[in-house]
Amino acid sequence: MRVPEQDAAESAPQVVSAFLERRKEQIAQRWADAPLFRSVFTVSRDEAVEACKAVVDALSDVAVSGRLENITAPGFTPVRDQLGRMSQTRTRTGSTPAQIADEVAGLRVPVVDLLREEFTDPTTAQAQECVMALTLLLGTLRLVVMETALDANAELIERQRQQLLEVATPVIKLWEGTVAVPLIGTLDSARSQVVMESLLEAIVDQRARYAILDITGVPTVDSLVAQHLMKTVAAARLMGAECIVSGIRPAIAQTIVQLGIDLGSVLTRASLSDALAYALGKQGIEVSRADTGASAR
Amino acid sequence: MQSSGQASATSLPIGSDADLAWVRQQVRQCAAQLGFGLVQQTKLVTAASELARNTLVHGGGGRAEITPLDNGRSRGLRMSFIDNGPGIRDMELAMTDGYTTGGGLGLGLSGAKRLVHEFSVDTEPGRGTTVTAVAWVAQVPASRPGVG
Ligand SMILES: Nc1ncnc2c1ncn2[C@@H]1O[C@H](COP(=O)(O)OP(=O)(O)OP(=O)(O)O)[C@@H](O)[C@H]1O
Ligand SMILES: [Mg+2]
Repeated sequence: MRVPEQDAAESAPQVVSAFLERRKEQIAQRWADAPLFRSVFTVSRDEAVEACKAVVDALSDVAVSGRLENITAPGFTPVRDQLGRMSQTRTRTGSTPAQIADEVAGLRVPVVDLLREEFTDPTTAQAQECVMALTLLLGTLRLVVMETALDANAELIERQRQQLLEVATPVIKLWEGTVAVPLIGTLDSARSQVVMESLLEAIVDQRARYAILDITGVPTVDSLVAQHLMKTVAAARLMGAECIVSGIRPAIAQTIVQLGIDLGSVLTRASLSDALAYALGKQGIEVSRADTGASAR
Repeated sequence: MQSSGQASATSLPIGSDADLAWVRQQVRQCAAQLGFGLVQQTKLVTAASELARNTLVHGGGGRAEITPLDNGRSRGLRMSFIDNGPGIRDMELAMTDGYTTGGGLGLGLSGAKRLVHEFSVDTEPGRGTTVTAVAWVAQVPASRPGVG
């Protein structure tokens, strides 16, 4: 069988490219109402149509370069940002990458129908070759969008991770001159850094003399976590505050000792309330029940 | 030695801080399922955290293998931490409390050894390091009459 590689007639990708240019307006009109465009370009329908045209232009460029299956084809470059914005918006409104891929796949039928209409006999070999080429090209577009959707997801996860870093380390003022940080979850180096910074800041802002680090919510205390705790305690000390570590559970206490960590230089209390009582006592504040005095006697 | 639990070994990648958290979670879950008590679970997870971090920081990354064991009398857990990093030149020194080449406390290796029942290191300079730790579920006294 002969493959018409160097045929005198135009190759299928070239035919497809020319078709895309010629029917750009109609294709854009058919795509503009798809959620992929409509929900992203919300200012006006014209805006969505313009966005569709940009994608058609890109596809035409990629087709003429003959690199139908290449997701890194330079033809996609001008619309990469736009595609990224589209998939990001869809991701933010709750679409999964698979759903986004389905939406892109949905763009194929309207444009293939238009292409078929170009041929008087759509069953000829050339017509079918062109439909194949266009299908291939739209498959590549789907991959490009998928790629940007996955990037958008990774970015979202990273952003949430950053938010969690901040949210999970509130410094609480317990009393005049006494602040506390209830630590919850894994204390890796990045989080320890955030904890140390916000604690030191609070010590300065609140003129705190006592700082309590409560580790009830920390599941594992290994040598690195212990080292971070000791560094934080030492830094607080330099700022003129005494640091108390509370909430060391019995299982963790046994483990720390066996591991060989010496917390001897660190002031510890069993619970957050014990630590607070210590801090208040040191400041000459006594807490007693109000009702026992007058009414009981 | 019997090795009936061999089929269910789990291999976990160690390439980031997030992987370390995952290793800890998997060890904790596996230990709880095998019947380890809370204190033993905590020790196992802490040992795993130390050894996995060594694999990451000193070994340049690698993997952990977690295998449930059953020797007929007791159930246990084997954890191996495997890397193809620089290896350890002086094992005796590395096992010394307080020895560190990286600004740590130098308690990871020696401390982890104290937290488990069996501990072995297979290392060769330039080829990599495999640290294996095994712990067995503490034996409950054979009979407790009057409990019902
Ligand atoms: N997987 C490994 N590959 C290469 N060298 C290692 C490995 N594990 C440990 N070492 C060497 O052994 C030394 C001691 O390890 P150990 O875990 O006891 O201390 P550390 O990691 O330096 O500090 P930390 O107390 O924070 O764990 C390390 O500093 C390192 O030089
Ligand atoms: Mg270590």
